[in-house]
Amino acid sequence: MRAAGIDIGSRTVKLVVVEGGATVLTRKALTSHDPLDAARTLISGVEYDVIVATGYGRHLIKEHLGCPVISEIKAFALGTKAIHPSCRVILDIGGQDTKAISLNDAGEMSKFEMNDKCAAGTGRFLEIMANALSYTLEEFSKAALTAESFEKINSMCTVFAESEVISLTAQGAKRHEVALGIHKAIVSRSIALLKRIAPSGEVFFAGGVALNKCVRTLIAEELSRPVVVPPDPQIVGAYGAALHGAALAGEKSYMRIVRGRDGENNV
Amino acid sequence: MSNYRQMWLDLGLDLEAHDALLSILGSAYQDIFLSQKNRPEGMKYFDFVMSEVHGLRIKELMDAKAAGRIVVGSYCVFVPEELILAVDGVSVGLCAGAEFNFEGAEEVLPRNLCPLIKSAFGFKRGLVCPYVEASDIIVGENTCDGKKKAYEVLSPMVKDLYIIDLPQMKSDIGKMLLKGEYLKFMAKLEDASARKITAETLKKGIEITNGKRKAVKRLADLRKADPAPISGLDALLVNQVFFYDDPLRFTASVNALCDELEERVKKGEGVFPKGTTRVLMSGCPMAVPNWKVPLIIETSGAVIVGEESCVGERGTQWLTDVKGDTVAELLDNIIDRYFQIDCAVFTPNPSRVDHVKDMFDRYNAQGVIHYSLQFCHPYIVESGPVEAALEKASIPTLRLETDYSQEDAGQLKTRIEAFRERIEGK
Repeated sequence: MRAAGIDIGSRTVKLVVVEGGATVLTRKALTSHDPLDAARTLISGVEYDVIVATGYGRHLIKEHLGCPVISEIKAFALGTKAIHPSCRVILDIGGQDTKAISLNDAGEMSKFEMNDKCAAGTGRFLEIMANALSYTLEEFSKAALTAESFEKINSMCTVFAESEVISLTAQGAKRHEVALGIHKAIVSRSIALLKRIAPSGEVFFAGGVALNKCVRTLIAEELSRPVVVPPDPQIVGAYGAALHGAALAGEKSYMRIVRGRDGENNV
Repeated sequence: MSNYRQMWLDLGLDLEAHDALLSILGSAYQDIFLSQKNRPEGMKYFDFVMSEVHGLRIKELMDAKAAGRIVVGSYCVFVPEELILAVDGVSVGLCAGAEFNFEGAEEVLPRNLCPLIKSAFGFKRGLVCPYVEASDIIVGENTCDGKKKAYEVLSPMVKDLYIIDLPQMKSDIGKMLLKGEYLKFMAKLEDASARKITAETLKKGIEITNGKRKAVKRLADLRKADPAPISGLDALLVNQVFFYDDPLRFTASVNALCDELEERVKKGEGVFPKGTTRVLMSGCPMAVPNWKVPLIIETSGAVIVGEESCVGERGTQWLTDVKGDTVAELLDNIIDRYFQIDCAVFTPNPSRVDHVKDMFDRYNAQGVIHYSLQFCHPYIVESGPVEAALEKASIPTLRLETDYSQEDAGQLKTRIEAFRERIEGK
């Protein structure tokens, strides 16, 4: 039995297929202006018995596949429980959302916090700031790590922060110190969110921004708590969705429905 | 609706903007309310009220005015309807639930202000609210800082703005202040209407207002059933219409709806399947046409079974004692009644949490969604301690903070779905 999970994020679409408890396939693509098309391309040629969608585009896929959906908050909780069973606190910084999730003793989702409607302090924020400093994303993180002091960024609004960066550079501020300031800003905001729901304990850090070494380092430093980053932090949600699919498929009545629909479910 | 155009013109409405508003409102109503499944027949009356909210009801107000009655518009449940009815006045709640003409509001108000206040100004400055234009007196009240300062800005824009001051603490001095303010308001109403409040008229006012409250309490009580016999959206609508409609007709219509719902409950029929996740709303009021969050909740696999809100139980749960033979005795009853309202402008405000817990149990809810309007500091600040107290009592709680725009609908849906998943524990 092969169960697939697809996570349609604001910047990246992720696909994971599990079989017999092992991950057998992982794929990623940029979401682009057409998330449905991106998802279709990602799924094409992939065999699965059941698929579960998550991420901000989950309902779009649901309309086309008739598949079950779960929120990315639950998907991250499920993925984390499987990858790192002892962890009770999750920080997920994605393209447009930051989420802090706490799990109860059974590893089930209990509380969560999410940023408000703007993309302040998310992956997209970092992309725009890197661009304002003419860095690639990789250079941006590396440069920030070399800075010994930093320029404080006061605004967390992407638009205001961009003008703040421009005015700092116009005043002759060092580029890598501005870069560190930006990383510190995003980290302090994420930590505040995290502390609201989980004042202590090991943190499982996932989502695309967990690929950024400077953010990882700063979070560990400023929290003074152990921070664990999985080998591929981007696929935790898709993995959780796939596990949910596998669990659903375990329910016989459910499989009958899924199999019955097979013919019309080909994307 | 064309037969109302002259009336709207006479009221000074901007017809073009008003047409645009009605058209948006009409299609939203269609999408949100009329598309619901298994709606009770009794909701047809409220559909009719909404379809005539700027038509027939305004005509009734104009007829009342022509017959020498005054129309009193207000924005808050601290404005005692009993007193308005005691001078044979008509009490109407004023429009403040849509992101309409915020540009116009922001010409005179700061951008970072509660959407309810901005909406009231958007309607007034856009000349699209016939209730505002038809009001002989508009009553403001000193609840939050945003409102009390905004009334200073509103004052020159309307014919007669009357301010009721309110206490901020539930102390003896606070109660004396409320009494003094209600006495002054009585004098104002008597003066404006050229009618005297007597024990008899006041008693009648109390009875009519209590009648409305009893009807919505009966409706609330029926929502204990699983499956829920009425959607949270429809029940909210009834609570919203509470502020606009003719009180006697409203009471009769709610009671007719309740008769039907009683039958539904007996037969075990409902709007959503039995076992649907049940949530209680708590927090800021939702004025017409603010249906955003309830719509997201009820299209995310949950049903709303109660509202701890001014447009809901905070506004209606207490009756006014009708015992007494003099105006003074009856007024004391009114003060006792209104002084219980546990609005977040009071400090401290412990009875509100007790009430939320009580409602959670009474309506067999499984979680509480705390709703704050952006920049509504009293409720936003109070939401932290409320959440902590509820979670401590093992009541799953989700805090939301939003405004009237649609831009955060996706994020809200994610949170609400995740909250439902948390409750269901799957």
